[in-house]
Amino acid sequence: MPTLKSEVLPVVSENDIVYVRQAVRKWAIEIKCSLVDQTKVVTAASELARNLLIYGGGGEVTLVHLQEGIRNGLRVIFADQGPGIPDIEQALKDGFTSGKGMGLGLGGAKRLVNEFDIESEVNKGTRITITKWR
Amino acid sequence: MQDRIPILHMGSCLLVTIQVDMHDRLALQLQDDLTERISSTGAKGVLIDISSLEMVDSFIGRVLGNISSMARVLDAKTVVVGMQPAVAITLVELGLSLVGVSTALNVEKGMKLLANA
Amino acid sequence: MSKTQLPGIIKKAKDKLQANWVQQQFDAVGMRRDLIKTDELTKQSGDFLNQFLAGVESGNMVDIKSPAWAPALEFLNTISRQRERMGFSPSETAQFVFSLKEPLFAQLRTDLKGSPDELIEEMNSATALLDKLGLYVTEVFQSAREDVIKRQQEEMLELSTPVVKMWDGIVALPLIGTLDSARTSVVMESLLQRIVETGSEIAIIDITGVPTVDTLVAQHLLKTVAAARLMGADCIISGIRPQIAQTMVHLAIDLSAVTTKASLAEALKVALQRTGHRVVRDVDVK
Repeated sequence: MPTLKSEVLPVVSENDIVYVRQAVRKWAIEIKCSLVDQTKVVTAASELARNLLIYGGGGEVTLVHLQEGIRNGLRVIFADQGPGIPDIEQALKDGFTSGKGMGLGLGGAKRLVNEFDIESEVNKGTRITITKWR
Repeated sequence: MQDRIPILHMGSCLLVTIQVDMHDRLALQLQDDLTERISSTGAKGVLIDISSLEMVDSFIGRVLGNISSMARVLDAKTVVVGMQPAVAITLVELGLSLVGVSTALNVEKGMKLLANA
Repeated sequence: MSKTQLPGIIKKAKDKLQANWVQQQFDAVGMRRDLIKTDELTKQSGDFLNQFLAGVESGNMVDIKSPAWAPALEFLNTISRQRERMGFSPSETAQFVFSLKEPLFAQLRTDLKGSPDELIEEMNSATALLDKLGLYVTEVFQSAREDVIKRQQEEMLELSTPVVKMWDGIVALPLIGTLDSARTSVVMESLLQRIVETGSEIAIIDITGVPTVDTLVAQHLLKTVAAARLMGADCIISGIRPQIAQTMVHLAIDLSAVTTKASLAEALKVALQRTGHRVVRDVDVK
């Protein structure tokens, strides 16, 4: 699958969450997502960037513009070197929270995008990949 | 980024228009400032205009819910007005329905709702 | 692999190749003489032959995605899309590339008569190359078709979503036909958009014309009601036929949070009441 371009943003403070949102919005507009799809992917990115900061102790967000045939897509990867998630299935359930959130972060973000992939190893880190196709 | 969201005082109501992409601290600051002002002014209504907000995630959603509950304890009614369709669809998909928060289409209708309360 | 001799061979016999190739295309079964003129085809063939030559001169006989082949691909892209619009079939379009094989091989046979090994090698690489280019043409053709289908789908979705204003502050969405997921979300989006534009506090979703409601569609309806509420508007669902009411109960779809009415008229009555209107008949007043 050809990758047209990519960009890496560090997430170490609360302000970075806002930058991630703005960057994702800009890219979603570039691939001509509808307004609803833009809002969905920006919201998902906001949730996951906050998780990255609060639970992962900060990390990196990578934006990738994908093209598959006539489809354009936006992929956003959230990677941290934090404590990892011991039970992914449980973490994806609505209402589950280990911190101060509402427990909608992971499961909610998953519903907002077309593809959602999560890899995590305890004490090594977590890597969440979301993709929104146009 | 350290600035605050201004709170306007109109009659017995407080009016807040959120126009910036809020970072989390700013949202919490608003929550503090609003409860402070309700208590100091004895306001009976709070109107929060979010028509220029392009996104509401679970954090901002939670802050809106908290403001509404805290205001209720302080005997004031909160109305959130002007949520954009795309934002509403996304919030529903996210699983957040803001139970207990009153809503209205625009500031005018929101004011009417507060006046009748 | 030794360096290919194709460039030299093509360059030397270009005019002859072009003439034979054009002839070949016109003689082929299924050639659409009705769709394309001789001089146009001759020009297209000449242009492509030049770009093909530029490609083989780069020495890259394997990867047509390399920069040296970009002009050739660009040209084929244009031709393919053009022919799609003109009404050619995919195979008729691909024939443009494949038909080059015969005249080219004939030329190779003449020029490499003395060395059968070289002849086979050149023919192999030329075949592989032309196959790739031919497949590329088909691919472009297909994607041009897909573009058309997608556009038409979008147009159809937009046509099938009339949100009508019933009264000041009341809009209605009469749904007709089968609701799939894609259509439902487009319909719902335009309903919410109209609520904002008209400042309507009440939206009636009438499903009289919907043959079946499954779990997914019901969920979409409920999500729309929830989204409208977040925006500050109320929804009424009307026109629920007895069979649909039964299915909904069987599927354990909970509509208790939504106002439902049997008919659009009933829904309008409720909507008018809620917006502070009263409907009276003159005779009753007197």
